[in-house]
Amino acid sequence: MAHHDFDMPMSEAQARALRVDDTVTLNGTLFGIRDATQIHMFDRGRKTRFDLAGHAVIHTAPNVRKVEKSAQHPAGYAPLCVGTTTSERMERFTRPLMQQHGVRLVIGKGGLREASAAAFGELGGAYVAIIGGAAALETTWVEAIEDVDLDDLYPESLWKFRVRGFGPLLVAMDSHGGSLYANVQAAAQGRRAEALRRLGVG
Amino acid sequence: MKVDLKQVEEAAKELYIRALKLLPPDIKQGFDALARSERDAGAKRILGTMMRNITVAEDTDNLLCQDTGIPVYTVLIGRGVEVDGVALKEAIRSGCARSTREHPFRSSIVHPTTRVNEQTSCGRGIPVINVDFTDATETLTLQMVPKGSGSENNSWLKMAIPADGVDAIKTFVVDCVLQAGGNTCPPTIVGVGVGGTADLCMHLAKSAATRPLGTRCEDAEGAKLERALTEAVNLLGVGPQGLGGDSTSFAVHVETAATHITMNPVAVNMQCHSARRASATIRASGVEYGY
Repeated sequence: MAHHDFDMPMSEAQARALRVDDTVTLNGTLFGIRDATQIHMFDRGRKTRFDLAGHAVIHTAPNVRKVEKSAQHPAGYAPLCVGTTTSERMERFTRPLMQQHGVRLVIGKGGLREASAAAFGELGGAYVAIIGGAAALETTWVEAIEDVDLDDLYPESLWKFRVRGFGPLLVAMDSHGGSLYANVQAAAQGRRAEALRRLGVG
Repeated sequence: MKVDLKQVEEAAKELYIRALKLLPPDIKQGFDALARSERDAGAKRILGTMMRNITVAEDTDNLLCQDTGIPVYTVLIGRGVEVDGVALKEAIRSGCARSTREHPFRSSIVHPTTRVNEQTSCGRGIPVINVDFTDATETLTLQMVPKGSGSENNSWLKMAIPADGVDAIKTFVVDCVLQAGGNTCPPTIVGVGVGGTADLCMHLAKSAATRPLGTRCEDAEGAKLERALTEAVNLLGVGPQGLGGDSTSFAVHVETAATHITMNPVAVNMQCHSARRASATIRASGVEYGY
């Protein structure tokens, strides 16, 4: 159980060094993506001007306020409440994010499944769990919205955040086949019979 | 009492914002209870982070969660209340849209096929507005729940048959909790509807999921199920965020209705740990806010 501080972007070797139960804290750039963002990127051929290579993406669609562009708010958006959404809906986008864009870390809540685990192993990446619903706290780690692309999909735009001390977050799926979610699910399925017995079912 | 619709609109606006920012005291107490009994160190840390988030939201006057949810309003009309029902619904809708634009916060509502977001938290049939009646005299109560999608996406209905008995209900609830895993943002309130028609059964599950912690089903049979199911689902070890631990659910809540001789329906609707709700009681003397 090691802790890693990353100034993004990161290398494949750094991603492959991560193991489940490690913790990470990010500094620098973090990209925010969501259902519509990825449906448009991967199903409808939309291109982004952002270079995601070596970066982390977080499953989010933030609450923002439109403001005048300034040094503090270069994209004309002030972050109000930046949180995390359930990852599983976006399972099929993990591989193209990594293969076509070189993404190394996916940050989300609730976990991803087998296809993502395979992509992390083959291409060198990891899934990092943040606490869903703890958005007020998460927002204190976001310094600014530096840029935004595909903004016609607002609030499901492709967001470029600048973060500082974003964490500690928990490595929950790694490139070595480790998945805390799979472990917990298997153990929980194993307790199903006992739960039903206590309920008098049978 | 003749209802002042401007007052209703203001309350509808205020309630959405209050619900997004202030977690009800019973949920905070629920967190305290789970943190005391949790045996897994990692789960304890996650509960601690969730509780810290509640404090940060209060200290920074921020939303607890980024998900502004689907707005659900319930109106309870007391005796001796005179109100234009159509205008009342319009006032609620208008207050809902104003809160979104004026605060501002994220409109999470899109048309189901075009996916167009009007940026008002409103759309065709949304906000959900339920209307019911109460014994309370000269009182109009508005309840508001911003229902988060992580938990709402974990909703199930099973039209079981009489031959399957109560065992089918119990097994279904356990299997839903297993299937939901961490996607519902546990610890959850598991809402269970038992009986009725298909749509009433799901409505009962939603009422159960959004009921305050510490309240019991008024049907003794339902209350008995609540106690047994709460213990059973917390044996599974799903834990906070699906990362393992004792604290899978604050509670299982059950609501029941009579059903047909051929039917045995059961529905599950979950509420996430950010179990947000707010209420306003409107009397001739003014508006009183609560949970």
